[in-house]
Amino acid sequence: MTGGATGGIRFDQVSVAYGGNTVLDRLDLTVEPGEVMALLGPSGSGKTTALRAVAGFVQPASGRVYLGDRDVTGLPPHKRGIGMVVQQYALFPHMRVHDNVAFGLKARKAAKAEIPERVAEALELVGMAAYAERYPRELSGGQQQRVAIARALAIRPGVLLLDEPLSALDARLRSGMLAELARLHRELPDVSILYVTHDQVEALTLADRIAVMDKARLQDCGTPQELYRRPRTEFTASFVGNANLLPVTVADGADTVDFAGRALDVPTGEAAGGATATLCVRPHLVGLGDGPNALSGTIAEVQWRGSTHRLYVDVDGHRVKADLRELRETPALGDTVTLHFAAEDAVLLPAGTAPGTGGGAHA
Amino acid sequence: MLVHSRTGKWAAWAVFFVLFVPLFAVPLLVILAASFTTNWSGAFPSGPTTEHYAAATGGDSLQALTTSLITAVSASLLALTVGSWAALAATSLRRRGRRFLDALFMLPVAVPSVVVGLAVLVAFSKPPMLLNGTRWIVILAHTILVTAFAYSSVSAAIVRLDPMYEQAAASLGARPSYVLWRIKLPLLLPALTAAAGLCFALSMGELSATMMLYPPDWTPLPVQIFAATDRGSLFTGAAVAVVLMGTTLLVLLGVARIRTRASYR
Repeated sequence: MTGGATGGIRFDQVSVAYGGNTVLDRLDLTVEPGEVMALLGPSGSGKTTALRAVAGFVQPASGRVYLGDRDVTGLPPHKRGIGMVVQQYALFPHMRVHDNVAFGLKARKAAKAEIPERVAEALELVGMAAYAERYPRELSGGQQQRVAIARALAIRPGVLLLDEPLSALDARLRSGMLAELARLHRELPDVSILYVTHDQVEALTLADRIAVMDKARLQDCGTPQELYRRPRTEFTASFVGNANLLPVTVADGADTVDFAGRALDVPTGEAAGGATATLCVRPHLVGLGDGPNALSGTIAEVQWRGSTHRLYVDVDGHRVKADLRELRETPALGDTVTLHFAAEDAVLLPAGTAPGTGGGAHA
Repeated sequence: MLVHSRTGKWAAWAVFFVLFVPLFAVPLLVILAASFTTNWSGAFPSGPTTEHYAAATGGDSLQALTTSLITAVSASLLALTVGSWAALAATSLRRRGRRFLDALFMLPVAVPSVVVGLAVLVAFSKPPMLLNGTRWIVILAHTILVTAFAYSSVSAAIVRLDPMYEQAAASLGARPSYVLWRIKLPLLLPALTAAAGLCFALSMGELSATMMLYPPDWTPLPVQIFAATDRGSLFTGAAVAVVLMGTTLLVLLGVARIRTRASYR
């Protein structure tokens, strides 16, 4: 017995409200069969609510949720055939590891003879076969998470929901598990994965596509490369990769914008002359010293991060971040420096509601 | 410990013993001493004997012990079933409904047990609900009195139970009934056994409502003790009391063992 054999998830105008407070606003999103879709956003952005709507733990106020071509909106969770892994693992503390993994199979009345084999297979997949006789409390956090994944996969779901699965692990374990999840996905190419996270590194590493959420709405959706290199909104640019966002005015001439009285050469595309826009430049693409698109200002803050120096430079009241390869001499606060960036590394965004000054979140 | 200095600790222990020993330990020790005595006219008992125990563990008293045990076990199992059921059902109610249910189940505790006894007597003395004169009226009254404790301790445990277990089980395809039997009840087992122990102990010691209801062929131990002391056989009463105390403690100890095993899994 397989879960939802036809993979894929489709949100059709899904809204969720708690007591008049809209926590998910008309979400339209399709996760293709076999695709890893990351739902990326800060807390309170609605990403977990979207996942819980797929699992059946929240009921949409309007809109439909489809698994494959099956409308599951009104279906209780136990009839949906999904696998789910949550941040706190939620292993059943009174059952040994193999009973935890067998739980879904027994609940779905799988053939008795088949269960031990399927349990062994699932535990093998996550490298936990040696721990089958242990109780959850006898395992470390990372091991518990593996068992939780095995338990979700044992029912062979068409869709796997991962809700911040790595957040409770420490940094070292997290990067190991990230590689593990990528391997799992290669071994199970038909499973659609919806991966909720607030960590852009996890999303960029693992996802085929990323859906960026903020304030209960889908802000942007695309492949990691698209979102990182060609963000379409200010929110995406700052949340994914923490970009510099500079308020500019598009000049009448070709491919020139005006930033605080300076003319910068950047591709303006179809932006009309005179329009206000936001210029997005990644901190690691900003160089120190004179060059094209030079910006001089005073150093407001210096952070040494081992392999890089992060400079915060005040350019006419706008704070510009630059990630530079470790400098031999650390610049002093108040020094005047010149930064530059190449025209092709800049992206012009339509001006948003809150033009970023580049100060943003210190990441 | 909140007290850090050495003298402070000693002082704390001293205060504890001064308060604890006379209030809790001495009365129980006196009962124990009295149960082995034929005569207690001076400061200390005299004439050691085990005769009272012969009386306390045979004949009417043995009958009363069995009666008490059957009553307590039936009442606590019934109370546990009804109380847990209500507590589990209350989770799906809205706040107002839950408050109402809480109040309803607390009523028998708030009302003096004599009143509960009288109420049961009046309510079940006429057909079609004629229970008066049978053992069932005693068991019923005990159930009513102890269900409140089962309900409140189980519902407190349900509140502490993390809903993520239930949701994980549901996402794995478990029907609500399967989740109840395989996840919720096993996780609530420590609370259930604690509630069972509490109900059992309360029922074993219940006197005031029982006095109003018991039929001649269903005399629980507390009634027996009361009757013995009432007719002046203080030392026999003491021996029966020790038997009651011992039996109750023994059962509670057994329940506690189940509980530790359940909570360590």
